[in-house]
Amino acid sequence: MAKSRSELGQIIHGVARDPLGLMGLVIVGTIVFCAIFAYWIVPFDPVGMNIKSRLQGPSWTHLLGTDQLGRDTFSRVIAGGQVALQVALPAVFGAMAIGLTLGMIAGYGPKWLDNLLMLFFDTIRSFPTVMFALAVVALVGPSLQTVVFVVMATSIPTYGRVARTQTLTLRNSEFILAERSMGASMTRILGVHMLPNIVGVLAVLAAMDIPTVIALEAGLSFLGLGVKPPTPSWGALLKDGYSLIRQTPWLVVGGGLPIILATLGFTFLGESLRDVVDPKLRKQR
Amino acid sequence: MLLYATRRFGLALLILIVAVTVMFLMIRAVPGDPVQIMLGPRATPELQARLTAELALDQPIWKQLLIFYGNLMQGDLGIDVFSGRSVTEIVFQQLPHTLWLILGSIAWSATLGIALGAYAAAHPNTLIDRVTAAISVSFVAAPAFVVALLSLLIFAVNLQWFPAIGAGEGFWGRLNHLVLPAFAIGLSWVGYIARLVRASMLEVMGESHIRTARAFGLHERRVVMVYALRIAILPVVTVIGVGMGFLLSSAVFAEIVFARPGLGKLVIDSITTRNYPIVMGSVLISTGLFVVSTALADLINAWLDPRARTAN
Repeated sequence: MAKSRSELGQIIHGVARDPLGLMGLVIVGTIVFCAIFAYWIVPFDPVGMNIKSRLQGPSWTHLLGTDQLGRDTFSRVIAGGQVALQVALPAVFGAMAIGLTLGMIAGYGPKWLDNLLMLFFDTIRSFPTVMFALAVVALVGPSLQTVVFVVMATSIPTYGRVARTQTLTLRNSEFILAERSMGASMTRILGVHMLPNIVGVLAVLAAMDIPTVIALEAGLSFLGLGVKPPTPSWGALLKDGYSLIRQTPWLVVGGGLPIILATLGFTFLGESLRDVVDPKLRKQR
Repeated sequence: MLLYATRRFGLALLILIVAVTVMFLMIRAVPGDPVQIMLGPRATPELQARLTAELALDQPIWKQLLIFYGNLMQGDLGIDVFSGRSVTEIVFQQLPHTLWLILGSIAWSATLGIALGAYAAAHPNTLIDRVTAAISVSFVAAPAFVVALLSLLIFAVNLQWFPAIGAGEGFWGRLNHLVLPAFAIGLSWVGYIARLVRASMLEVMGESHIRTARAFGLHERRVVMVYALRIAILPVVTVIGVGMGFLLSSAVFAEIVFARPGLGKLVIDSITTRNYPIVMGSVLISTGLFVVSTALADLINAWLDPRARTAN
């Protein structure tokens, strides 16, 4: 355990040495901090209305102005970060866990199972993400859980395929053959020996996947098919901003900038993490 | 090659069949009577009975699936309960708008991306190379609908350079209306394609036929433009084919933001009015489009690079 901690320290050190990586680390750190301590940071109640001070521009009281119901936009942006991570983290980690398991089974199990799982992955990937999301939302109705489910379902194949390829390459390596000849069970080989060698690559993928998920949640909420009002989501802010775009630019700016910042932060972090964890991956994509 | 093509299209067909079945079962898995959901609470019993018979809902599920496939083979996606028109007709009426938008987006972003990538590869580690790299990373990440909203705010509402809504009339009107949505969808692709072309260009520049061309004393510009770029842009073809799903998704948002007609607007409007046959029809058509374009990209790739035929 001590070894893995020092490895983690090395990775963080490596990321921080790269200027883009450091920037990513700072942005992501800020977003996570704001999300965790959102209710201590916000100057106003993110859902508290105050009709008297509606549609104001930025001022010292309201840093990003107010919306059509007099709610403080800055507070809604901070609280929106919490919603974004509430969707992104469970969805990405859920997809990673399922994809990892299925991918390892596909790579290590019998050929017919591999073919079946690959067909399953290819089928899910054949739906354009937003179209699939719209179909699911149309059928079961919009909610936070629906968004998490859609994102998880559509990103399982990506993790599954990478985990499968990694398993296939590891499968015939000497240390796995040695384990097998000593009579280790399949669960032991996959869980104890393969898993640590695959999880790093998948973690990098996950970091790069988080912005896509945040954008999808915001996108669905923008269409009015994600989280329900008055929940402060960045997408919901953009939805209000879009309908009031001729009255005030601040809602669109307040909803749009955090999405771009979050996307940038996680992408920088992911790219730099990838170079540190596995320089070989750099050539792919 | 023929064998590969047959296998690849066979796989595409298999994927489509599974996808359609999944979709069919999804609709049936929703709790509640589909007829009531489709028609809403105010439907008359006669209308409900007619739709039940039309959708063959009184039959066992495997028979329903067979009937569904039979209709699909004839291009019949059902009838829109509200207007009485065929779903296929409605969807195909909107599809060209979306395809033009996608084509416009990819046209400008591929042209600019290839030019930037080629220039950066020909002058590695210069200022423009670094600037391109930085911009690429930043723009790759920008979600299309946020770019769409911000460009709507800046260029249509504030500066009023371009129209804010609709698809326009006549050639110039259409083109004028296409600028902002195509910009929003294409922006993230410019950097992506530039990076892709730069990487593959650097690889190609090191190959022996380039050395030979140089040894024959050809002008450097000719070497880059004719001999290197021709090979280096191949990955772009694949990426666009595989990115079709992504492009379709971005188009949905661009159509909503700029209030353009198209598949995305059709789906969203149909969700609000709970018009399930149209939602499902549109999703099916766009899935089909995506599957075919991925298969085509694979085929083009295999045709140009024989090594891809035996991989995987």
